[in-house]
Amino acid sequence: MLDADFFRRWMTATAASVDREAERLTALDSPIGDADHGSNLQRGFTAVVTVLEEEAPGTPGGVLTLAGRRLISTVGGASGPLYGTLLRRTGKALGDAEEVSAEQLAEALRAGVDAVMTLGGAAPGDKTMIDALVPAVDALGDSFAAARTAAEEGAVATTPLQARKGRASYVGERSIGHQDPGATSSALLIAGLAEAAGE
Amino acid sequence: MKMLINVPESVVADALRGLAAAHPELAVDVENRVIVRRDAPVAGQVGLVSGGGSGHEPLHGGFVGPGMLSAACPGEVFTSPVPDQMLRAAAAVDSGAGVLFIVKNYTGDVLNFDMAAEMAEDEGIQVAKVLVNDDVAVTDSLYTAGRRGTGATLFVEKIAGAAAAEGMPLERVQAIARQVNESSRSFGIALSACSTPAKGSPTFDLPPGELELGIGIHGEPGRERRAMMTSGEIAEAAVEAVVEDLQPRNPVLVLVNGMGATPLLELYGFNAEVHRVLAQRGVPVARVLVGNYVTSLDMAGASLTLCQVDEELLRLYDAPVKTPGLRWGV
Repeated sequence: MLDADFFRRWMTATAASVDREAERLTALDSPIGDADHGSNLQRGFTAVVTVLEEEAPGTPGGVLTLAGRRLISTVGGASGPLYGTLLRRTGKALGDAEEVSAEQLAEALRAGVDAVMTLGGAAPGDKTMIDALVPAVDALGDSFAAARTAAEEGAVATTPLQARKGRASYVGERSIGHQDPGATSSALLIAGLAEAAGE
Repeated sequence: MKMLINVPESVVADALRGLAAAHPELAVDVENRVIVRRDAPVAGQVGLVSGGGSGHEPLHGGFVGPGMLSAACPGEVFTSPVPDQMLRAAAAVDSGAGVLFIVKNYTGDVLNFDMAAEMAEDEGIQVAKVLVNDDVAVTDSLYTAGRRGTGATLFVEKIAGAAAAEGMPLERVQAIARQVNESSRSFGIALSACSTPAKGSPTFDLPPGELELGIGIHGEPGRERRAMMTSGEIAEAAVEAVVEDLQPRNPVLVLVNGMGATPLLELYGFNAEVHRVLAQRGVPVARVLVGNYVTSLDMAGASLTLCQVDEELLRLYDAPVKTPGLRWGV
């Protein structure tokens, strides 16, 4: 079973990997976006770690809804509402249970990803974070490690796609050949989950 | 790339402190990142709130003041502000007559302003929205996030601001703002990429001897790259793109807007070419504005915005305005 501490470790691990990869995320965002994805997420997840230490919510749902709210109020851009909604809706779906199973988490995360698709209007294949998140949720039934691999493969698979949503869509065909920064950071989020599980 | 900054993390806060020092008539909340006219809320008047990523100055903070915006919310560089800022701004400017959110059409701005509108309504503030999407370079709205908001934002903020100053009700101010947006089209070109403070180097690679046609205002590349053209050739391409899409029948307001690093000498020369091409096409010009208004950090280049106006829109455009970035009639 997964408790609040597991979810805190997930957020901390994600914050650390976003820190490490910030320059890479920003570099990916340069040719097809506006070169700020790394610094924006870095600011947001740093704030998440701080607020989780300050308020120390006692349930998995509490950790994720607080983290999501914090992302919405610190990140800005499209990433803030999208990542914020992902965590907030996943947290809400977990309710106020003190411990949840991996199956419950998979189900809740699916609700979170659905909310992101509704909010951003993106579908799989549009070259967005969805291309990493949907395969990850599908693989979560097997193991956290399988979800991590699926997310990473999903992110890499965005390279030949043409962007249809978000700022990369403005460069049209010229977005082809670049890995999507949002899918890449989503893979970091899922990798953080595997790290928290020790996989 | 050398920049006149302390550290990249503090560029927005530093600029806000400087804005406050230069303009005591504005209440600048550096910590919460909200710029409000000091006399807000103005009794009986609709409040106008806009905002967006920083790096486009004087847009939006430089357009706060009587006759234009009531408040502006600056985000990080090229990053939309967060809902908390817009909520704070709306609460500060609402006189009870309601608040109009002026939103440039980018996914981030739209999502954050939508969230803020819901939160404001929960607090009993009546909110209406207008989306600015004037950039004709985005041709395919089915497979993109739609047309971007660029130069027309200035016309929307100026004209809706005058309407609010006349005491028009929220629905009317919103309708006028929509009319301005629907009557406006823009097209931008870049001679160089810009450098964000966070990255410190150009956001894309534009070799000497080439230019980008159809750029946005966030350092993103345009739709097409060509061998360098003359000012006259660029004016022909820009006017054609705008006029073919707008098909103006009324006189137009002209905005020849610098992207940040192009000298006024070149902008005025470009304006002369724009006028030549507009005259050839038989498009009558009502008013002209030349300068750096909707910029993209240190990008070299320009954008052209045309807004066709009827008598009411022209009257509102000519009405007094007193802001750091735009000032006449007072």
